[in-house]
Amino acid sequence: MSEKELGQKWDRCLADGVIKLGTGLGLGIVFSVVFFKRRTWPITLGSGMGLGMAYANCQTDLRLHYLVPKKDQ
Amino acid sequence: MLRACVRGANSTLRKNYGRTPLNGLQPCRHYTAGESGGGAAKVVTAGLMTVTGGIAGTILYAKWDHKFRETVEKNVPYSDRLLGLALGPAPQETGLSVKKQIELAQPPSMMEKAMKVSKAKQEKKVKETTESPIEVAKPVQPAQSLEEASTEVTHIISAISDVPSVPAPCDTEMTPVKEECKECHNHKVTAETAAVSTEIESVAAAEPLKERPVEEVTARLAQQDLDEQEIVASVSGNLDDSLASSAKATLQAIGAQEAALQAIALHTQKLKEAMEAEVPPQEKSTQWKDLEACLANRAAAVNDAGTALLKANEALDNLKSVIDKSKGRNVPAVRPLVLAAEENLHKMVVDLDKVVNKVKSAESEAKVVSQYSELVNEAKLQFQREVSSLTPEIQANWKGLTGKLSTDDLNALIAHAHRRIDQLNRELAEQRVREQIHIDAALEQQKLEYLKSQEAAVNTSLQHIKEDARLEQERKLSELREVMEAEMRTQLRRQAAAHTDHVQDVLKVQEQELKAEAEQVLSSKLLEQETRQRQLSQEQLDNFTLDMNTAYARLKGVEEAIDSHVVAEEEARKAHQLWLSVEALNYTLKTAEAGSPTKPLEVAAQAVRDSCHDNEFALALASALPEESLQRGVYSEASLRARFYGLRSLVRRVALIDESHNSLYQYFLSYLQSALLFEAKQEAPPTQLSGEDLDPFKLLSYASYCLEHGDLELAAKLVNQLTGEARRVAEDWLNEARLTLETRQVVSLLSAYANAVGLGTTQAP
Repeated sequence: MSEKELGQKWDRCLADGVIKLGTGLGLGIVFSVVFFKRRTWPITLGSGMGLGMAYANCQTDLRLHYLVPKKDQ
Repeated sequence: MLRACVRGANSTLRKNYGRTPLNGLQPCRHYTAGESGGGAAKVVTAGLMTVTGGIAGTILYAKWDHKFRETVEKNVPYSDRLLGLALGPAPQETGLSVKKQIELAQPPSMMEKAMKVSKAKQEKKVKETTESPIEVAKPVQPAQSLEEASTEVTHIISAISDVPSVPAPCDTEMTPVKEECKECHNHKVTAETAAVSTEIESVAAAEPLKERPVEEVTARLAQQDLDEQEIVASVSGNLDDSLASSAKATLQAIGAQEAALQAIALHTQKLKEAMEAEVPPQEKSTQWKDLEACLANRAAAVNDAGTALLKANEALDNLKSVIDKSKGRNVPAVRPLVLAAEENLHKMVVDLDKVVNKVKSAESEAKVVSQYSELVNEAKLQFQREVSSLTPEIQANWKGLTGKLSTDDLNALIAHAHRRIDQLNRELAEQRVREQIHIDAALEQQKLEYLKSQEAAVNTSLQHIKEDARLEQERKLSELREVMEAEMRTQLRRQAAAHTDHVQDVLKVQEQELKAEAEQVLSSKLLEQETRQRQLSQEQLDNFTLDMNTAYARLKGVEEAIDSHVVAEEEARKAHQLWLSVEALNYTLKTAEAGSPTKPLEVAAQAVRDSCHDNEFALALASALPEESLQRGVYSEASLRARFYGLRSLVRRVALIDESHNSLYQYFLSYLQSALLFEAKQEAPPTQLSGEDLDPFKLLSYASYCLEHGDLELAAKLVNQLTGEARRVAEDWLNEARLTLETRQVVSLLSAYANAVGLGTTQAP
């Protein structure tokens, strides 16, 4: 069902976002704790990076249908 | 220009008389501010002046130019009233009347021309009619005379010209008759040619002269024959009558003359006897009585002879007149009769003359004798007188008085007798002496008389001879004429023979020609008849074959009908089966439950295919069922409808997303839009989508409306108008809808077809 696709995409997006966010956060925390003397900026950086990656992935996923013809070229 | 002039005039007016209105107005306005009031007044007056000037100018110009007036009246509402008041009624009528006059002038002129033409024609006609009756009248009258003349002319010409159609000259009378006709007509013609010649030309020009036909000619000739025969008969009758009468008269006359002659002879004889013979007195008296009787007889006979002669002469004159008349008739057949009559006449005349001569001679003799007797009687009378003078008492009849006389008387008588004898002797001697003289005188007299008689005789004989000669001549003429006629007849006969030969030749040739023509005609007719016969027979054959063909065709038709009935029944059975299978298919469509599709249609479709394996249309339709429906089945409309509502919200959410706008931000915006934008839940779609109707929200409302009203097709069409992501999202639903629609369409077609076939009215080709 094509109408379920979008929902699925959103699910993926969300899941991916969560993962990436969590991962970024974790890595940020880790890096902040380990390398950057418990500053907050690596956490935000990591979460931001995670979020950003998630955003980009989500966008790409959503755009994928429209990008396909260009790839075929 | 006028306006300019008017304005100029106004300005001059203002210049010249501007003060007075101003002065006039000023007292009214002295309580107001002068300049301003004056200025206003000036303006007002100027405006009024221009207006009036304009109006006056338009009126004047309208008076001058009618078209301008019309335009003004048309354009400005109540100007016509104003202009009417000012100038009088619109001069349109005059213009129209002028035009009308022009137009009227044209048609009257045309009419006049037409009238003139018609008049001329009528005059011509009248002239012609007048001329024609005149001509008709004229020709009628001359025609009548012309007709007569023409008939006469035709007579003449037909008579003069050789009528070739005259039959063979077997009857010889034709030719003399013809001759006579010619002569007659020539005689007639000479009298009438003068009158006819002037008209012959016109007649010849007017009527072609026709030859009289044979029958007419023969009839005419026969008529002429008859006429001539009649004439001849009449003439001969007349002649015979007159001849007979004259012959009778002459015979009578001759008889009378002979009788008279005899009577005279007798009388003379008797007289002689009486004179000379000495008979006794009784016999003398009887003799004298006889003599007297004879004399009476003679007188009577002579009278009779005279009357008879007169009668005979009359008759002869009659005869002569009749002969002359018949001569005047100028008919040749009469001539011999005439000739014979003339001869007879001549003979009779001759006889009559002879007899008359005889009678005359006898009479002369009788005269002599009578003279002698008279002398004797005179002597006797003298003697008687003497005797009576001597013897007065004795009467004449002294011979019977022998006894009565006395002797003295006797002596006196004897003496007287002696004296008388002496006297007589003396006279005798004198007489003998004068004998010669007397004889000479008598001879002379006789000679003279003889000469006279001779002359008369000569004359009569001359006349007779002349008559004879004339008769001879006439006889000779008639003979000659006969000879000539015979010759002419022979010539004509020869001519006629030649003519008959020629005619025979011509006839032969004509016969041959006619024969050939007739044969040709016959052959052509035969051919025609044959062809017609053939045609008829062919027609009959054709008709028969046609009938046979029609019968055969009908038979065939009947057979075909029967076969087709069988076929139809078969078809009907098949159709029934098809229908059943289609119904089954239709039923399977209905088996769709709420969310799940129907059962796969494969089985039913197969059944349908089986039931219509020879029907291409149905096969095609059955094969047109989409695979999906066959394998998987189709969703029902209700499920689609339900699905649509879920779809609708999703589509609303991704309404802004398309190829170019598909970032997350756009997604967010789209979501925002869907949250903030409210559209009608259902909206009736217009019949034609315009540009603004392609907005997804609108489309969704239209589609939901359609779905609510059961129009899946239109809803699908509307959803099909979605673009971009919305379209992608709705794609599946659209496909399902399409499938359903397709299947439904096919099934409905099939069912319709099955119904139709089942009804037996249609059979797809």
